[in-house]
Amino acid sequence: MLESVTPLAASAVALAMPLILAALGELVVERAGVLNLGLEGMMLLGALAAFATVAHGGGLVPAILAAAAAGILASLAFGFITLTLQANQVAAGLSLTILGAGVSAFVGRQYVGFRAPASFEDLPIPLLSKVPLLGPSLFSLNALGYATLALLAGTAWFLYRTRAGLALRSIGESPVVARSLGLHVSRVRYGAVAFGGAMAGIAGCYYAVAQFKMWQEGLTSGNGWIALALVVFATWRPLRVAFGALLFGGVSALGLYLQAIGVQVSTFALASLPYLATVAVLVAISADQQMIRRHAPASLGKPFHDDS
Amino acid sequence: MIRLRLVPRAQPSRAMLFVAPLLAIALTLLVGLLVFAWLGQNPLRAFRVFFVDPVSDMSGVSELFLKASPLCLIALGLAIGFRASIWNIGAEGQMYMGGIFATGLAIAFHDRGGAWLLPAMILAGAIGGMLWASITAALRAHFHANEILVSLMLTYVADYVVKYLVFGPWQDPQANNFPITVQFSDNALFPLLAQWGWEAFEGTRLNASVLITLAAIPLAWIFMERSFLGFQLLVSGLAPAAARYAGFAEKRMVWLALLVSGGAAGLAGVSEVAGPIGQLNDRWQPLYGFTAIIVAALGRLNAIGIALASLLMALLYLGGEAVQITLQLPKALSQVFQGLLLMFLLGCDVLVNYRIGRVPAAAL
Repeated sequence: MLESVTPLAASAVALAMPLILAALGELVVERAGVLNLGLEGMMLLGALAAFATVAHGGGLVPAILAAAAAGILASLAFGFITLTLQANQVAAGLSLTILGAGVSAFVGRQYVGFRAPASFEDLPIPLLSKVPLLGPSLFSLNALGYATLALLAGTAWFLYRTRAGLALRSIGESPVVARSLGLHVSRVRYGAVAFGGAMAGIAGCYYAVAQFKMWQEGLTSGNGWIALALVVFATWRPLRVAFGALLFGGVSALGLYLQAIGVQVSTFALASLPYLATVAVLVAISADQQMIRRHAPASLGKPFHDDS
Repeated sequence: MIRLRLVPRAQPSRAMLFVAPLLAIALTLLVGLLVFAWLGQNPLRAFRVFFVDPVSDMSGVSELFLKASPLCLIALGLAIGFRASIWNIGAEGQMYMGGIFATGLAIAFHDRGGAWLLPAMILAGAIGGMLWASITAALRAHFHANEILVSLMLTYVADYVVKYLVFGPWQDPQANNFPITVQFSDNALFPLLAQWGWEAFEGTRLNASVLITLAAIPLAWIFMERSFLGFQLLVSGLAPAAARYAGFAEKRMVWLALLVSGGAAGLAGVSEVAGPIGQLNDRWQPLYGFTAIIVAALGRLNAIGIALASLLMALLYLGGEAVQITLQLPKALSQVFQGLLLMFLLGCDVLVNYRIGRVPAAAL
């Protein structure tokens, strides 16, 4: 039994990591009261930047930095039109997704079918990786996977244990009150949006250089949107994001696993599983409106003008 | 140094409502010039290839209408929902479903269809789009699930349904395992306008499906600007609290918005499979459902504006194909321009509600 569950758990964890990265970033953005639907676009740009970096011999650390920089740049464009120019955040996020998909397809054209010359490989931790079940899944991650766990802990600590985290959360609840307390609403929101961009970019790096290790158009295949759903599912709490991401990783891994052991299911039905699971989960969590209302940042998605 | 700031206008500027889209188009063209120059192309030549050559003859113009028509149809449906702040962004999937439902009929009655077949397919396509959208409507209206995420997830699922059908039960047995259905019989295809004696369109692919769009434009205009239901939708978007106070049922608005936009997207799907494509295949992913979001925004959620915006977006599609053929540049360039255009538009829209003023010297 354990022999068959272990690879399942390992691939569930691996599939969960980029979702955790992207969703954590978006969680901080939304906690500051901003809704950035452009995750998918920022992830694609990050993936492209990372892949281009390794393809031109840049190495793995520069790849992460390039991915984060690409994500930040894209997110600042979003920040400028929504925070400074007061544009509708839903529409702006969509435009970022369309633009990111377009640019990554356009520039990435030259890399289609290329294998990444360098990639993130699994780094088993001595001894711990021998623990049954947990060892091969949690203690045999690649460098980005370990970084994800550290960022998860760091984000939770920042949001709940630091002054700056408290300031960010209060801005998300009521920017008017926060400003009257002397907080710089726009500045903090720009910071949060940039953090979200960096995280989405790194998530894209994960897909390009740790998971697929080759370039294909639209390689994030809707995972940015799944990450957005995860934030709602987690009712805006970091540790629950990780739990939700593992659940999704599990569903996707189960599909691959069933296919591997020869169960007769249509590939297309299996491929739809994560999307259907997202819908199911959204319905389950949203049905309880009290719960959503209690946890959603009160100013989420509403424009706020510093001079108003 | 002069520092600028945004000063709220007492009233939204009507002039800026028209100027902002033009400004956004100008900015996009400017970036386009720079991109072409950066790619080592002569910007003016590339410009001509992208924006002028595709529509320099009648066949080009008919291709423009052929692409603008589904874009316009979908955008009209979406605009009705967007006015009520109901964000159906899964029109692409609803369009696939429309195509699937119509294809089902076309295959079932391949050899025994009559003149009734095409109208039946049109109806089936609209129903297909509505059914797919009604999943989102039901989940939003009764379980409060976010319609943006649900409709988008269902688009991915719809794509897999298309693939399942054309790789499986609906595959043409004579297609050497290519993922395509049979070519539809004549009864299952929109007649070409040229066949109806419109000599101007002789030799072009323009077909009667554009008449659906031409009929939809005034209907949508009347619905949005002159009907009480259209007014209710607008109020529930602009002032949800006022709408609730006035007793406009929110659930009804959600259903209405999604059924109308889903039906329109379904019709667009029929016009594709029973039009220029003439079959269902796995490469049919025109992204019209997403581009229509931009069309709706650029057209200011107004029926006439949307009709104009759909022509512009169709030109971006054609230009993308033209630069691919003539200059060997990737077709994705048109998607880049689309994204830029929407982003610039949203940015320029600030001028509707704000004017740019100087920060008074005393405040510095």
